[in-house]
This record gives sequence, structure tokens and C-alpha cells, in this order.
Amino acid sequence: MIQALAFYLFATIVIVSAALTITARNPVHAVLWLILAFFNAAGLMVLVGAEFIAMLLVIVYVGAVAVLFLFVVMMLNIDFAELRAGFVRYAALGAVLAIGLAAEIMVAFGAWSAGKIELARRAAPTPETVPNIEAIGMLLYTRYLFVFEGAGLVLLVAMIGAIVLTHRDRTGSRKQNIARQNARRPQDATRNTQPTVGGGIDL
Amino acid sequence: MIGLGHYLVVGAILFALGVFGIIANRKNLIVMLMAIELILLAVNLNFVAFSGYLHDLVGQVFAMFVLTVAAGEAAIGLAILVIYFRSRGTISVDDVNRMKG
Repeated sequence: MIQALAFYLFATIVIVSAALTITARNPVHAVLWLILAFFNAAGLMVLVGAEFIAMLLVIVYVGAVAVLFLFVVMMLNIDFAELRAGFVRYAALGAVLAIGLAAEIMVAFGAWSAGKIELARRAAPTPETVPNIEAIGMLLYTRYLFVFEGAGLVLLVAMIGAIVLTHRDRTGSRKQNIARQNARRPQDATRNTQPTVGGGIDL
Repeated sequence: MIGLGHYLVVGAILFALGVFGIIANRKNLIVMLMAIELILLAVNLNFVAFSGYLHDLVGQVFAMFVLTVAAGEAAIGLAILVIYFRSRGTISVDDVNRMKG
């Protein structure tokens, strides 16, 4: 009973906050609704016993991705009013597409639950005695080790790509050149002169 | 009793909302990126639900990789957004025609 209650609570909040994310007038509000959606999706995942993925969702999405979105929204100086201009024009097309896709997926679920497709065998059966995190760790660091390394590589490429894309050299700024500073000798830098009285020197 | 079908329906609605968000928010690249995140969340939800109900851990492992790709995609997408805004002063998708593609 309590499971059903929790499921319907989380599911309702996920869907409502997702709808508010894409219709919010202010992008900052949209990010906050997105955070709420992720939190409740994490709740849904806890309900099926996937604690590790749920916590990962909270940490990665709420802690990193959503904050990244917030930073970008706040750094850019955007006129929020003109962003909404085309919403009504495209809403009909979007609704048709979305409802079509949702109906198609539901048909697939109906067919799937009517006649169950027998799986040949499970790739990695969930162990009964081991906690979720331990089981995932045992799978991830043995069978999926190279895929895991590949995921790390994806993140590395994303990081370098983001830095390369957004980095810009400011022309006209004077940077410190330490090699030049160290190579500078006193005899090159200073010059002794004996100007005549009232004559001055040429620099 | 909550079955697998309930989860799949939630995932389908979330996916459809994400698609709707991409189509409807043509002027706002930031909200489009958020809609893509919603789509990936729906996919992750399906993976985890199947993993839970079929007692197969691979779904959760794969959901982790989807999460990785989603994080990288958000980082690169927002970087492109920032340089696009810097050069054009707008984030509207409708007038992305610089490459004449």
C-alpha cells in the first residue's frame, strides 16, 4: 500500500514538474523544475531497488548538470520575453508528435505484456544477498571494465571539448612572461649616461 | 500492486514531454537542452525499471553509461550555446544558418 502511494506521488510530481520545465517562462524556473523532476525520478528508482543509480542521479544531475545549466542561464544576458515568441506556433506540431510517440510506446508495452517474449537468459542476474552498490561494482569492474574506461574517456573528451570551445584569448591583455623575466639581465636593462647640463638624454 | 507497466507509462509520458519541449521551444536553446535531459531521464527510468523487474543488473549498469553520456552532452551543448551567444547575441534556434547547411 505504501509502495503504491509513494509510486503515484513520485510519478505525479515527475510528470508535473517535467511539464512545467518545458513551459516555464523563465529559464531559471525551468532549471528548478528540472531539479524537482530529477529528485522524484530518483525516488522512483529507489522504489525498484536501484539505490546506486538513484543517488548517482541526484549527485550528477542535481549537483552538476543542473548547476551548470543555472550558471549558463545566469551568465547569459537573455531577453526572456522574445524567447517565448514561437511557442504557440510550434505547440500544435509538438503535441501531435509527442502524443503520437507516446501512443506508439504504449502499444509496444501492451504487446509486450500480452505475450511475454522469453529471454534466452539473463545477462547478469541480480544477486539476492549482496547489496545493490556492491553488485554493480562487481559487475562494473570485471565484465564491463573496458566500457567503464570508455565512459571515462567520453567525460574527458567532453571536458577538453568544453574548455577548447569556450576558451578565448583576450587580445591586448598583458600577460606575465616568466621566461622573459628570468632572462633579463641588469646590464641589458640599465644604461649609464652622463648628460651635459641642460642637454637631457635621448631615450 | 505497482507493476512494470506503471513505470513504462511514466517513462513514455516523460519521453513525450521531452519531445514536445524540443519542438515547442524553438526560440530557446537552453530549454531544448533541458528537454533532451528529460528524454534521457525517461530512458534511464525505463532501463532501471526493466532491470528491477527482470532481476538483471545490466540495465542499471547501462543506465550509468547513459548518465555519463548525458553529462558530457550537457557540457558540450552548453559550451556551444555560450560561444553561439557570444558571437550572435541570441540563443534562438530558428536563425542558426551561419553554415548555410
